[in-house]
Amino acid sequence: METYAKQAAPIQAEIHKSLGRFRLNLSFESSSRRIGILGASGCGKSMTLKCIAGIERPDRGYIAVNGTCLYDSANRIFLKPQARRVGYLFQNYALFPTMTVEQNIAAGLKGKKSQIHQKTAQMIRRFQLQGLEKQVPAQLSGGQQQRVALARIMAYEPEVLLLDEPFSALDMYLRDQLQRELMELLEHYAGLVILVSHNRDEVYRMSEELLILENGTLVGQGETKSLFQNPQNSITARLTGCKNITQAVWQEDGLLFLPEWNLTFPLREKRGQGGQAVAIRAHEFRIEQTMHNAHLCFPVLEPVVTEDLFEYNISFLPSAESKKRLDWKISKHVQTFLRDGLPRRLYLNEKDLLLLDT
Amino acid sequence: MEELKEMLLQLDFSPLLISLKTGVAATVFSFFLGIFAARKAVQAPPKVKAVLDGLLTLPMVLPPTVAGFFLLLIFGTRRPVGAWLQDSFEIKVVQSWAGCVLAATVIAFPLMYRNARAAFEQIDANLVYAARTLGMPEWKIFWRVVLPAAGPGVIAGTVLTFARALGEYGATSMLAGNIPGKTGTISQKIAMVIQDGDYQTAGVWVVLVLVPAFLIIILMNLALHRKQKHIKRW
Repeated sequence: METYAKQAAPIQAEIHKSLGRFRLNLSFESSSRRIGILGASGCGKSMTLKCIAGIERPDRGYIAVNGTCLYDSANRIFLKPQARRVGYLFQNYALFPTMTVEQNIAAGLKGKKSQIHQKTAQMIRRFQLQGLEKQVPAQLSGGQQQRVALARIMAYEPEVLLLDEPFSALDMYLRDQLQRELMELLEHYAGLVILVSHNRDEVYRMSEELLILENGTLVGQGETKSLFQNPQNSITARLTGCKNITQAVWQEDGLLFLPEWNLTFPLREKRGQGGQAVAIRAHEFRIEQTMHNAHLCFPVLEPVVTEDLFEYNISFLPSAESKKRLDWKISKHVQTFLRDGLPRRLYLNEKDLLLLDT
Repeated sequence: MEELKEMLLQLDFSPLLISLKTGVAATVFSFFLGIFAARKAVQAPPKVKAVLDGLLTLPMVLPPTVAGFFLLLIFGTRRPVGAWLQDSFEIKVVQSWAGCVLAATVIAFPLMYRNARAAFEQIDANLVYAARTLGMPEWKIFWRVVLPAAGPGVIAGTVLTFARALGEYGATSMLAGNIPGKTGTISQKIAMVIQDGDYQTAGVWVVLVLVPAFLIIILMNLALHRKQKHIKRW
């Protein structure tokens, strides 16, 4: 542990940049080699990646990868993208349209012709592109294009791989398949990978450490799974997929009052832990009081049911004077209420009531 | 009919040769200067770009005689630049073929520049970014990625530039004059014979210009259409 701590963190960055009325101000450091950045579109995710790659120049700040300084405004250091050894996978793959697959992969390679040829052939085998060498990008499928783009990047042996919304242009079926492929291919990649996405499932699957970005500011950072379990603030809660978020007011005797839902919860374990807001995931409601601590209970009033392929969405009011609806999702395998009718009341484990700072 | 045949046999074809030579030379100069300027303009900050673009487009919107006036001001034999070229390189611009090329280049250049710029601006910027992160040097990115991707627009610009250079009249007549066999281009020949009232010779030259120009444009449209299958009719 000692030696590990002394090593430079894989990435340290402080980025300040204004673009019109948009301001990007963030500072982070991570020792993980699989980092995810989650945020809504326009929050500055792509800009952050572009600054790391050297495509955009920050107004001021500092960026270092594996102990190598790429940018430092104080010391007037700005490495050109050509000198950074940073691979960038664009959402549209940015394959050179007039070059064949082979030429695309070889585009950035330097050295003797025989070496370039050998490297290209190796990449074509590794990314299963045999038979497509002489095709141009327009003749390839989405999945093949992504493999060519990755082969082109990997041939260049980057220390960092930046993935900019790599799946958002794809339909759902292809997306899952390509995600699996990419994860397999990256298993043996020793470098740093930063994935930017607005899709919570993608970052949940593919990153170990997660940064949450909102309006150009970092609002959360932590180990991915624990950040999903305990989002800490309402922006993180919303981005990690919490449907039900509301303000909360602590009263005496450990009672937590939720004005918008007009509910008061008597808390036991989480008593006095603070929190100005709470979040409940739509899947966490219980139909039966199976466990001892599922003691938070409320009625299901004015329910509206919409049916999805595999689950029901029920929107309801948790009390008569409630101003805001709650969203509840339940799998069709579990639920039998079509036969029995909707339950009149729902239960919630105290542990599933997420306390948020803001 | 016999008369026309007689006339064609006796026709001095030097204007055709001079025009073609001028057109090719001016197109070559405009091509490189145009794509160079277009590249600079695309990369320039918006305000610089607005001014630069204005200056570079002026020769296209002004009467060619205004361009001729400025060219004479700069390259006249008694002007500093003109005298310097004469003394140092023995290049005489006024009343010479070099003058034809210079005038045609200045007038036709904006067509090359504007078409190239439009084509460069249409390119997906991610292509350039990707090339940079792959370590490709800027010159290689330009010649291997940007220019091929902008191909159709650049070709269109080149053809229009050639067509414009071929027909240049105003600035050429002021700078290079109309010396038969030396600077006498087709357009100047037409103007001259019309002044003499010789509509028949003028007509022959008009056909000689009109037919190839029309064919070039049709061929260009067909060739570009094949490269741009994605464009929908509406």
